[in-house]
Amino acid sequence: MTKHDNPRAFSRRSILKTGGALVVSIGMPIGLDTALAIGEARAQGARPPLTPDQLSSYIAVNADGTVAAYFGKMDMGQGLFVAIGQIVAEELDVPFGRVKVIMGDTATSVNQGGASGSTGIQLGGKQMRVAAAEARRVLVEMAAEKLGVPADQLTVVDGVVQAKDDQAKQASYAELIGGRYFNVQLDWNKQVGNLLYAPGKAQPKPASEHKIVGQPIKREDIAPKVFCQEDFCTDVKVPGMVHARVIRPPVAGATPARIDEGSIKDIPGGRVVHDKGFLAVVADTEWGAIQAMQQLKVDWSDTTPPFPDQAALFDHIRRAPVRHAETEGKETGNVAEAFRTAARVIEAEYEWPFQSHACMGPACAVVEIKDGQATCWSGSQKPHFVRDGTARTLDMPMEKVRAIWKVGPGSYGRNDADDCAADAAVIAQAIGKPVRLQYMREQGTGWDPKGPASIHRARAAIDASGKVVAYEFTSKGFSRIDVQTNGGMPTDTLAGQLLGVPLVVNDGFGVPAESYAFDNKKLSWETIAPLLDRGSPLRSAHLRDPVGPQVHFASESFMDEVAAALNVDPVEFRLRHVKAPRDIAAIKAVAEKAGWVSRPSPRRDQTGNTVSGRGIAYSQRNGTIVAIVAEVDVDRSTGKIFARRFTVAHDCGQMINPDGLTKTIEGNIVQGVSRTLWEEVKFDPKNVTSVDWLTYPILDITETPEVIDVVLINHPELPPSGAGEPSIRPVAAAIANAIFDATGVRIRRVPFSPDRVKAALS
Amino acid sequence: MTTQKMSLNVNGQAHQIEADPDMPLLYALRNDLGLNNPHFGCGLAQCGACTVHLDGQPIRSCITPVSAVGGGKVVTLAGLGTPEHPHPLQTAYVEEEVPQCGYCINGWLMTAAAFLRDNKKPTEAQIKEALSGLKCRCGTHMSILRAVKRAAIMMG
Ligand code: FES
Ligand code: FES
Repeated sequence: MTKHDNPRAFSRRSILKTGGALVVSIGMPIGLDTALAIGEARAQGARPPLTPDQLSSYIAVNADGTVAAYFGKMDMGQGLFVAIGQIVAEELDVPFGRVKVIMGDTATSVNQGGASGSTGIQLGGKQMRVAAAEARRVLVEMAAEKLGVPADQLTVVDGVVQAKDDQAKQASYAELIGGRYFNVQLDWNKQVGNLLYAPGKAQPKPASEHKIVGQPIKREDIAPKVFCQEDFCTDVKVPGMVHARVIRPPVAGATPARIDEGSIKDIPGGRVVHDKGFLAVVADTEWGAIQAMQQLKVDWSDTTPPFPDQAALFDHIRRAPVRHAETEGKETGNVAEAFRTAARVIEAEYEWPFQSHACMGPACAVVEIKDGQATCWSGSQKPHFVRDGTARTLDMPMEKVRAIWKVGPGSYGRNDADDCAADAAVIAQAIGKPVRLQYMREQGTGWDPKGPASIHRARAAIDASGKVVAYEFTSKGFSRIDVQTNGGMPTDTLAGQLLGVPLVVNDGFGVPAESYAFDNKKLSWETIAPLLDRGSPLRSAHLRDPVGPQVHFASESFMDEVAAALNVDPVEFRLRHVKAPRDIAAIKAVAEKAGWVSRPSPRRDQTGNTVSGRGIAYSQRNGTIVAIVAEVDVDRSTGKIFARRFTVAHDCGQMINPDGLTKTIEGNIVQGVSRTLWEEVKFDPKNVTSVDWLTYPILDITETPEVIDVVLINHPELPPSGAGEPSIRPVAAAIANAIFDATGVRIRRVPFSPDRVKAALS
Repeated sequence: MTTQKMSLNVNGQAHQIEADPDMPLLYALRNDLGLNNPHFGCGLAQCGACTVHLDGQPIRSCITPVSAVGGGKVVTLAGLGTPEHPHPLQTAYVEEEVPQCGYCINGWLMTAAAFLRDNKKPTEAQIKEALSGLKCRCGTHMSILRAVKRAAIMMG
């Protein structure tokens, strides 16, 4: 039920009256450029408050009939705004080209969680869908009043409401409300972020009526990029702006003991910003700031190097006291008993290192504080939380802070963008001028929050007949939320931690997401304390598909190990034990498309230096199912792996845009290959030593797969689920299983770098 | 820090700037000239995000001192083509919807533009070799290759 439930109140007369139900007169177009004007209009009371319970917070019809869709999640370059536009156009019955999706500005959209957990369509689109459906319902009611035709006798064609039996009786959306805001209350569930949901009275269309949803509509954000017509967050310039650089300690955890400000006095505008562990320099020019950073003489506190030797990392994880343990889902049967009586037990342990977001460019933010109002431009995928974090860092009221997203240099989770925004805010406040801060490469790779390192233990109990009777899987590692998924609280940003904000302990990991049914089964995880609790370059956080690649590398490698031990074909083994029908369908689809021939792994028919193999892995993720077949070549003398071909079956329920989906899957596979074959954060006892592309190599174009063949499984009858991350999840296991198939050797430690593979083969 | 007056020829236009002669060209382009296309990715010649052409050859502007440019002709991505007169690579990039974040595109487009100009009908292996070392963290490599191959055909 909507709280506003008297459509009669939307009479034409009441609209025209100021103070009526539908008063607003703000001109069109409502674009990002006019967002400030919207803020002013709001101050005049013209727009209903920007709150989650107002229809106007999601949908507006401009004077020319175009539609503004205010989206509180984010498109990080995967075409999400096209998909959202399709959903809104579909429900409103307007042509796709008439919808403009506006996002990333706290002045124009409510907090739907930003980019988060591949929920852009699953949760964000769900809200936009019900909002657009409600807008259509209200517009039809308004037309009924105006035309004197009952609402159920009306239909909508391309944004024009018309009588079904007399097309002369019609009223366009523009005539009905163009240029004014809806004043309709929704039934908000009182949640903000991902869980926000505020439906109206309208029911969205059934999938069978969809005409725009499901179409491969192209993105419009490419041309502005290739013709340099779009600014990135790195390009924002504000009058009077100065440039800043931060300075991080040579030994993690050290704080500045003595700073010689005179050492940068030759640099125009050179100044130091220092408070407790926080240290930055500013200068009039960017080059000046870089030189000041390099030139400033600092003596650091004498700090004991906080990290173990890199070689001892996994032993540290094994031995470290468990801080938090959790069994997810319910334990099936009696696992301990099943292992006691097993005829045979198969066990294995897997290791995954710290990994960096290593975005294409280090983070950048611009902060201006003027007349009691702060504005932050940032590439963060969660601008609403940047606003919250900025307000808390600066001790300003939330409503006095505005965060504006501008395309950043890539984003795959909780990267360095939120830290950069907080740092820039601290500096801007300290010096009383607008500040642009960009990190340096060594800070982007060396000091971003890391994907956690972990170990994973799996074991299976086999009875005398060769049946798997029990399965147990445990992960142990650093928390995936050592710092939270956004910078909304100062305790989660480097600035906050370096300035001494009290720490909060957050434990999170995960378990395999699959539908293997064994009589006895237990999936659990354990977290350990961070190596350095404050201001650490190894603080762990969400990196694309948080802990998904780690966990499923282990669990899906292990399923392969069990299949091999039982001499069963790996696809056949999965089909025997996997129970969910969509999972089975995806596994069958990928096997068929890849031309999978049934036989146990490994192959034993190859001689010569280069050997080939194929491997399958599958997983679920919040309603999405992905099955992957990888085909690899292994150069036995060098240890080099070429992940030559991938076949991917992808089922994310209802498909909104197959074009965007295919590209998103390709990007996931390539990034997954990179993380599997190359990526590992190096460190020594003092600090992280992966500081650039030589010390943190990623996949090169010469190593890119030859083919990524995607099978899209569409379920129009199901709600759409996510696609931004699920297909990176099983990549590592598919490759590991293919290497085993080729060589008979099992690699249980990521990355599969040439040295490691070569050592394993010899 | 001593500054010096210098002239730069960028996208066919002459500019005067006053800067530290050791400052990399990247900062002159971005800050003194206000060009938003070359990006800072690493400052170490490791990624390509800052690539421009100097007298037709792709260079990494992040490590090229502005004083080393002299009277050379600098062309940035904005100078490669316009929506009205696009370079075939720009057309192909739009057609193939290549970028995810797009922060990397200067390296790929400017390097591929010089390569395709000098190498007609390249093989896929030659294209990969020519683009080796450039970074795209979003993993758009499959689309990049499709676009470069498409442009190679257009450039015949
Ligand atoms: S920024 Fe110049 S090569 Fe990376
Ligand atoms: S598109 Fe993001 S780095 Fe290439």
